[in-house]
This record gives sequence, structure tokens and C-alpha cells, in this order.
Amino acid sequence: MSLLIASAPALPLGTSGKYVAAAYIVFVVLILVYVAIMATRAQRLERELDELRRDVEAAKAAGGPVADRETEAVL
Amino acid sequence: MFFYAPLDTGQGFVQKIFYIHVPLAIVSLGGFIFGGLLAIAYLRTGDRAWDLRSYVAIHMALIFGVGGLLTGSIWAKASWGHWWVWNEPTLVSYLIVLLLFATYQPLRFSIEDPERQARYASVFAVTAAAFVPLNYLAVSLATAYVHPRVLTLTSANLPPSMGLVFLVSIIGIALLYVTLWKFEMAAKNARSQVRRLRRTLLGDDAVRPVGRSAAPS
Repeated sequence: MSLLIASAPALPLGTSGKYVAAAYIVFVVLILVYVAIMATRAQRLERELDELRRDVEAAKAAGGPVADRETEAVL
Repeated sequence: MFFYAPLDTGQGFVQKIFYIHVPLAIVSLGGFIFGGLLAIAYLRTGDRAWDLRSYVAIHMALIFGVGGLLTGSIWAKASWGHWWVWNEPTLVSYLIVLLLFATYQPLRFSIEDPERQARYASVFAVTAAAFVPLNYLAVSLATAYVHPRVLTLTSANLPPSMGLVFLVSIIGIALLYVTLWKFEMAAKNARSQVRRLRRTLLGDDAVRPVGRSAAPS
């Protein structure tokens, strides 16, 4: 990686370098925030699925109508 | 884009912002039109899945639009010395489109009945999407240009190496848009399927009420 950076031509950053960096950072941050929000939602969904699995197992153990409904839902 | 594309003689290094700003703006406008087309599909079929697709398309386009606006503002500061210029037609018209679509979510949230929400939101999405090309036309007819024209419908005012980088950037951002759209669609579908499964297996009482939401349920 350091070899690649060393062999790359120098960029004429000047005074505009900070603005270019800021623009690309804004873009990356925007995407990262979005992905972080989606990851939180995915975690919540995972918890809901886990909760559903436990509820279904508890209902099955209690001998409720879940088994029939489950078959119906799968079909 | 930093090493392959040549430096712009007029603007220098700050022109590199265009490789992110312009694709974000173009893809966001395309996303608004895409959302409008999906809304037409909902109005034709009445299938709520189209409403969800349209909602996610507009939602994603808004995020990309905010990115386009912010990066454009940074470019304006570096190039013109101002974060925003009110007498520039391209900037103001883009802001109008963005603000128009920013009212899409509050509109949805204000309607409780899901059927009415989907119908009204679709009509809004179609009307607002039709405004996008009209807006482009109006700006093209305006004469007071300050904002640089790098792409027009008939030509790209760029040297070939810059044009190639531009094209790759636009394709990359468009693919990112499609990927995130599919990602959010998958997440929303999975959530709704879990709710449906819970209702089927455990009854209506086992499902927590969603409450009022801008997103299609």
C-alpha cells in the first residue's frame, strides 16, 4: 500500500484540496450513516425473528393450534 | 478520477468534486422519475407492492439529492466563494425539486388510511416526477448561466479521458442507487413477512400495532 502511494503522482491540492476532501467525506459519511441505520433495522428484525421463533416454540409446547397454522402458513 | 482524468485548466483540482456531485444530482433526479413511474404502476394495478417500490425509490433519491446538494455547495464555496447563489437557475431549480419531494413523506404521514395514503402519494409522485424534465427544460431555456454545463442532452463538453471518468462515476453511483434500493426493499419485505407470519401463527394480538407511518405497511 505504501509502495502504491509512493509511486502515485503528487496531486496539486493547493487551496482547493480541503474542499475536494470535504465533498468526498460528505458522500462517504452519508452512505455510512445510511448503512448504519439499515444495520440497526436488520438487528431489530433479527431480534423479532428470534422472538417469533421462541413464541412459536412456546405455543407448540403448550399444545396450541400453532402446529396446524404453521403447516397452513408454509403451504 | 484523481490520477487518470486530467486537471481542468479553468478550475484546477476543485473540478474533481464534479465526479461525485454531478452523478449524485443526475441519479437523484433519475430516482425521482423512477419513483414516479413506479407510482404509475401502482395506480394502474392497485398492487401495494408498487407503492412500496415507489416510496423506497423516492426515499433513496432524496438521500442522493441531499448528497448532491451538499457536495455542490462545497464546490460553489471553493469555486465562487459562496456556499449558495440564489440567482443561479440550476441551483435554485434543483433545490425546488428536492423540496418538492421532501414534502412526499409528510404527505404520506398525514394520511392514516393505507389505501388513501398509497393513492394520494402515487398521484403526488407522478405529478412531481413530471416536474423534473419540465424543470430541466426551463433551466435549459434560461440564459443567465453561471453554473458550468458539462453535460447536455446532445453532447458532453469534456475531453475523452474526462468523459470516460464521468461515465464510470455516473454508472457507479447509479449502481449504488440500485443496490441500496434493492437492499431497502429486501429489508422492508422481510419485516412485513415477519409480521404476517406472526399474525398467521400466533394471531392478531401477537402483532404490535404499527401506528401512523409514512412508509407503506
